[in-house]
Amino acid sequence: MNVVLAKSETRQAVSDVFASVRDRLPGAGKAAETRTQAFEAFERAGLPHRRLEDWKYTDLRALMREVLPLAAVPDANALNRAEAALAALPEVDGSRLVLVDGAFAPALSKLAGLEAGVHVQTLREALKDGRNAELLSNGTEPGAMIALNAAMATDGALVTVADGKALTKPIHIVHVATRASAASYTRSFLKIGKAARATLLESFVAADGAKSYQVNDAVSISVGDDAHLQHVRLMADSADATNITTVIFTIGAKVRLTTFNMTSGGGLSRYQGHLTFAGEGAEVNANGVNLLNGRQHADTTLFLDHAVPHCMSREVFRSVLDDRAHSVFQGRIIVRPDAQKTDAKMMTRALLLSDEAEADNKPELEIFADDVTCGHGATTGALDESLLFYLRARGLSEKEAQALLIQAFVGEAIETIASDDLREVAIATAQRWLEVRG
Amino acid sequence: MALLEVKDLQVRVDEREILHGLSLTVNEGEIHAIMGPNGSGKSTLSHVIAGKPGYEVTGGEILFKGDDLLEMAPDERAAKGVFLAFQYPVEIPGVVTMNFLRTAYNAQRKARGETELMAPEFLKKVREVAKRLSIPQDMLKRGVNVGFSGGEKKRNEILQMALFEPSLCILDEMDSGLDIDALRIAADGVNALRAPDRAIVVITHYQRLLNYIVPDVVHVMSKGRVVKSGGKELALELEASGYAQFDDAA
Ligand SMILES: Nc1ncnc2c1ncn2[C@@H]1O[C@H](COP(=O)(O)OP(=O)(O)O)[C@@H](O)[C@H]1O
Ligand SMILES: [Mg+2]
Repeated sequence: MNVVLAKSETRQAVSDVFASVRDRLPGAGKAAETRTQAFEAFERAGLPHRRLEDWKYTDLRALMREVLPLAAVPDANALNRAEAALAALPEVDGSRLVLVDGAFAPALSKLAGLEAGVHVQTLREALKDGRNAELLSNGTEPGAMIALNAAMATDGALVTVADGKALTKPIHIVHVATRASAASYTRSFLKIGKAARATLLESFVAADGAKSYQVNDAVSISVGDDAHLQHVRLMADSADATNITTVIFTIGAKVRLTTFNMTSGGGLSRYQGHLTFAGEGAEVNANGVNLLNGRQHADTTLFLDHAVPHCMSREVFRSVLDDRAHSVFQGRIIVRPDAQKTDAKMMTRALLLSDEAEADNKPELEIFADDVTCGHGATTGALDESLLFYLRARGLSEKEAQALLIQAFVGEAIETIASDDLREVAIATAQRWLEVRG
Repeated sequence: MALLEVKDLQVRVDEREILHGLSLTVNEGEIHAIMGPNGSGKSTLSHVIAGKPGYEVTGGEILFKGDDLLEMAPDERAAKGVFLAFQYPVEIPGVVTMNFLRTAYNAQRKARGETELMAPEFLKKVREVAKRLSIPQDMLKRGVNVGFSGGEKKRNEILQMALFEPSLCILDEMDSGLDIDALRIAADGVNALRAPDRAIVVITHYQRLLNYIVPDVVHVMSKGRVVKSGGKELALELEASGYAQFDDAA
C-alpha cells in the first residue's frame, strides 16, 4: 500500500470529518457498524485518481482535493432560501420530496397527494434503532465514493410502487443546497413493483447563498418484471459545486426503462450509472445531455451489464461545450456468455463551441456471446457554418442561430423522454441554459 | 430611388479574384434578371450581398437604401429587407420548419423595433401563404428542408420570402430542379410579390424562367463582370445566340 497516499492530508481530514459527525448519522447498532465498515473501505481506497482506469479523465485527488465538513442541519433561514429555489423550478404536477442539504424537509415537500400504491419513507426513519442496516451496504458494487456515501448518508427517500400500479403523475425528488463549503450525502431507493408504471424526476439545485459545496448522492433503482419506468435527472448545481452521483439499476424481465440525465450545473461532476439486466426481454434507453461552459468538468460513466439474453439497450449522449469546459463520456457494455440476441448500441456526439473546450469519449464493448448486435459511434465537431449562415440570412442573430442549432442537437437526446411533462421540463432547462449564455 | 447600388465590386475567395469590378443598380419596383453561364460569378454576387462569410471584398461598395451594406451583419441585412432565396437551401435537421419561420420572422421584427407576432396569428399567416404555394401543411412540421424534394426546397424559400416581405428579393437559380408545373407555382408566388416599393432580382442561366417572371432589365454576366444590360429582349437574344459572344468582352 502506498504510504504517502495513506498519510495524505486529504485522507486525514476525511477521517476527522467522519469522527466528528458520527453522532448525527442515523442508525445505531448494525447500521452504525455498516457505516464504519464502509468508511474503512473508503479509507483504504481514498479519493479516486487518474491511475484508476475508470477515473482517468476525472482525477478527484487533483480536482476535488478535499472532503468538506458535513452541512449543518438546515435552519429557518436555509429553508427559506430553499423554498425560493424551489419556486424557481419549472412546475411539475405530482408529489414532491425535498432534501435540503441532505435532510428531508417535510414542510417543503408535497406528499399529501401521493397516489394509491405508493409508499414513501425517509432513510432516517428506516434506519431507526439500527434496523435495515442493509440499506447502507453497497453489495458487490465497488467504488470509494459510494462507500463514502454509505458512511456519511444523513437521509434519503425510500419509495416503493406496488405491483400492478400505474401512476399517473411523476414523483419528484429535489435536492437543494443552501450552504457554502459543506458536504451533503443522500441515499435513496426506488422500488417499482411488477407490471407497475412510474415516472421519477430528480433535480439538483442551489439556493441563493450556496457556494463551493459537495453533493454525494446514491440511488438504487429496481424495476420489477413487466414494469415501465421513466427516470429523468436534471443536475443544475451551482457552477462551483461538486456533484458525485451513483445510480444502480436492476431491471427485471420485459422492463421498459428510459433514463435521461442532463448535467448543466456543477463545476466538477461525475454521474455514474450501473445497470444490470436481470430478466430477459427488457429494453433500456439510457440517454443524456451535458450543457457546459466556463471551466465545468462533467463525467458520465455508464456500465450496462447484459447478463441475460434478448435485451436491448440504446445510449444517446450529446454534449455542448463552451469556453474551457470538459465533458467525459465512458460507456462500458458487457455482454455475458449467456446473453445471446443482445442488441446494444451507443452513440455519443459532442459539439464544441470554443477551441478550448474538450470532449473525451471512451466506449468499451466486452462481448462474450456470439449472436449479438452491438455497436458504438462518436463524433466531435463545431456548429456547421453553412447552417449558421442560412439562419443569420433569415434574420437570426449569431446567438439566436447558435441557440436554435444547439437545441436541435440536444433535442435528439431529449426527444427520447416519453413523458410530455418531463420532456417539457428538460427542454425548459436547456432553454434556460441557452438564455443565460446570452 | 435606387434600392441597391453595387459599384465596381471586387471579390476574392481563397486569394482568387472572382468578381472583377462589377456594377449594378436596381431601383424600387423593378424586376431584374441576371443571366450568365455557370461559373460567371452569379452566386458569388448574391452571397456577398447577403453577407456570407468567406468572401473578401477587396474593392468597390454596395449601398442598400443608401446605407453601406458591407458594414452590416447578415441578420441586420435581413431585418433591413435583403432576402436571398438560395440556389442550394441547406437542410437543418431537428429545427422544425414552423418554429424556424416564427423565430426568424420575430427576430426581424424585433430588430426593426416592431412587436413580435404571437403564435396563432403567425400560424394562420403561414398556412395561408403555404396553401397559395401548394406547400403541404405537414412539411411545416418537419425539419427545415429535411427530406424535401428539390422543388419543395425552392417553394420553402419563396414561402419565406412571402412571409418576411423583404424590399429586395434575390432568387438564385430558382428554376433549377423544377418541372414546368412547379415552376409555374413558384413564379406565380414571385409575381404576387411585385410591388412598387420592392425589387426582385432573378438569377438564372436559362431564358425559360423569364417567360414566367418577366424582367424590366436583363444583365449579362461573364467572368465576374456585368458585360451587357438591356431590356427583356436581351434574354431572347441570348437564347438564340448563346453566351459565347460575350466571352471576349469579359
Ligand atoms: N467557395 C469557393 N471557393 C473557391 N472558388 C469558388 C468558391 N465559390 C465560387 N468559386 C468559384 O468562383 C467562380 C464563380 O462561381 P459562382 O459564383 O458559383 O458562379 P455561378 O453562380 O455564376 O455559376 C467559379 O469559378 C467557382 O469555381
Ligand atoms: Mg450559381
